[in-house]
Amino acid sequence: MTYDIAINDKTYRLDLQQADGRWSCRVDGRNVEIDAVLARPNVLSLRLGNKAYEVKCERVGANVHIWVGSRRFSAVVRDPRSLRGRIRAADDHGPKKLSAPMPGKVIRILLHQGDEVEAGTGVLVVEAMKMQNEVKSPKKGTIQKILVSEGTAVNAGDVLAIVE
Amino acid sequence: MFKKILIANRGEIAVRVIRACHEMGIAAVAVYSDVDRASLHVRKADEAYPIGPAAATESYLNIQKILDVAERSGADAIHPGYGFLSENAKFARACSDAAVKFIGPTAAAMEAMGSKTRARQAMERAGVPFVPGTSRGLESFEQADQVATRIGYPIMLKAAAGGGGKGMRLVHASADLRSALEAACSEAEHAFGDSEVYIEKAIINPRHIEMQILADEHGNTVYLGERECSLQRRHQKVVEEAPSPIVDSDMRCRMGEVAVRVAQAAGYTNAGTVEFLVDQEKNFYFLEMNTRLQVEHPVTELITGLDLVHLQIHIANGERLPFTQEQVQIRGHAIECRIYAEDPDNNYFPSPGKITLLLLPSGPGIRRDSGMYEGWTVPMDYDPLLAKLIGYGTDREQAIGRLTRALNEYFVGGIKTNISLFRRILSNPDFRAANLDTGFLDRLLKQMDQATDQPADSETTEAAVIAAGIFAALGASAASAGERVPDRPSAGQSTVSRWKSAAQRESLR
Repeated sequence: MTYDIAINDKTYRLDLQQADGRWSCRVDGRNVEIDAVLARPNVLSLRLGNKAYEVKCERVGANVHIWVGSRRFSAVVRDPRSLRGRIRAADDHGPKKLSAPMPGKVIRILLHQGDEVEAGTGVLVVEAMKMQNEVKSPKKGTIQKILVSEGTAVNAGDVLAIVE
Repeated sequence: MFKKILIANRGEIAVRVIRACHEMGIAAVAVYSDVDRASLHVRKADEAYPIGPAAATESYLNIQKILDVAERSGADAIHPGYGFLSENAKFARACSDAAVKFIGPTAAAMEAMGSKTRARQAMERAGVPFVPGTSRGLESFEQADQVATRIGYPIMLKAAAGGGGKGMRLVHASADLRSALEAACSEAEHAFGDSEVYIEKAIINPRHIEMQILADEHGNTVYLGERECSLQRRHQKVVEEAPSPIVDSDMRCRMGEVAVRVAQAAGYTNAGTVEFLVDQEKNFYFLEMNTRLQVEHPVTELITGLDLVHLQIHIANGERLPFTQEQVQIRGHAIECRIYAEDPDNNYFPSPGKITLLLLPSGPGIRRDSGMYEGWTVPMDYDPLLAKLIGYGTDREQAIGRLTRALNEYFVGGIKTNISLFRRILSNPDFRAANLDTGFLDRLLKQMDQATDQPADSETTEAAVIAAGIFAALGASAASAGERVPDRPSAGQSTVSRWKSAAQRESLR
């Protein structure tokens, strides 16, 4: 099996073979001696040479979070032979959306369409788990649109307003 | 002794009380809202009764529904836990009218203490030291403005019925007073159904130290030593320890005696906590009395060897305290971390969702009071406290070492938690040196914002790369890892929010 694994803005080519419970492994063409035991789903006991690691795996959308001890790595695993793996992120310019950071309820709207905002200005307040949290503008600009009203229930990721 | 106790609460504290009941041979009755059917306290109880919708006002805060369950189940006592109805005098009175024993103080003692403004009046009479401010609720903005000007800024606005930082605002200048007052009143109204707010002079960077007391119904009151609770964020405690590193036996004795006086002035019975602000000269001021079992009671249990929930039940049963003040011994050191479902990378916003993987710490000196389990979906409707991890050692250094080790063993996957924050706190040189005050955590968080993470060493990164490949090769993950998620949000949104929409879908199942 061959994977392209992107971690920390770098992509590694990983070749893995498994036979009789033993793994052989090459990272970017270099042989690495490994020994891996799946302790339970999503928990791997991994030895690199004689160094031992407990590694945990969490799936987050298209990413995989790999925890080595208590250190988290965000990884994108692609099979280079699969077309599916080639997802391109689109450009990140133009109007910015303010989205709900968590499921909850909009309890206050602090600004209105057409208002000028600075980066970091609170635009509206969302409440969940008894905590009120201001959703702030990510950039300096003008409020192009407020898409919710006070009392609206929102899901995490819902777009609440647009700043231009 | 009681035969059956109803626990009018949820989460880790409900589980804690159920365990105590079982240890004493008492049957435990759970109540749960619609979103809590799968919660751990329901699994651990002997009987469980649904009490309505997720909204606390229609379930855990509904006195009539709780009393109906008490009657149907034949419970002869109710333990309220903390939060919800625990400091509600109306509830305590309704219990006694229904001939069910409320495990806590009397309604009258609660009324004297439950309102911070009234407590203050009682304490003024008992000669207890307190911070300058109003002992009555504010009637208008104009009055607030006058009082604030008289005692001098900065001032603190506080909800009379409050706790847990809700309805609390620090105000530095009179220009900010009006909006802060409105916010505090509305938050207080929302959280406690009571918008009464009062003013206190703000003591900058104080320590927050509280004294645990126990009083039986025969006039005996003792103190069980203090807890240092200075590590707070938005006035919510995050780390607590006992004993306080700055309190010596003489100061403990003086604070303890004041705490006992406070309790006796209110005719207090059962377990309670007297909170003090301590300034840099170690002067202590009465802040408020919490008329309930505290979240952080385990640190006191570990250093005194007492079980506070057992003692609460014995006291409610009319028994005398089984020991005297002189017999209370403090031994060792304990530190508690409150594990919350919140996202450290996103300003500690709540992070409900499904727990997909849970690895638990154990070993010497570790206690874990938890309400979560693997496969459980954390509902978005309640306080995000998941569990408490408590480390105990012969001394503070050993307690820190054990707790740090346990935090490294603890893993909660699928949702975000603040576990990483505790590693930072426990390794911080000021924390190690016990230089604590209530501004500590805000300063640490600011430093963390500015500091960039050290890059991982190449070996650790290589382990991550190889493990990612092995996980992909082993599981269905081989397909899902590179796959599109169905409603992939448009560009510009982080993976975090994409994950959160998944969490939300899970939580609505």
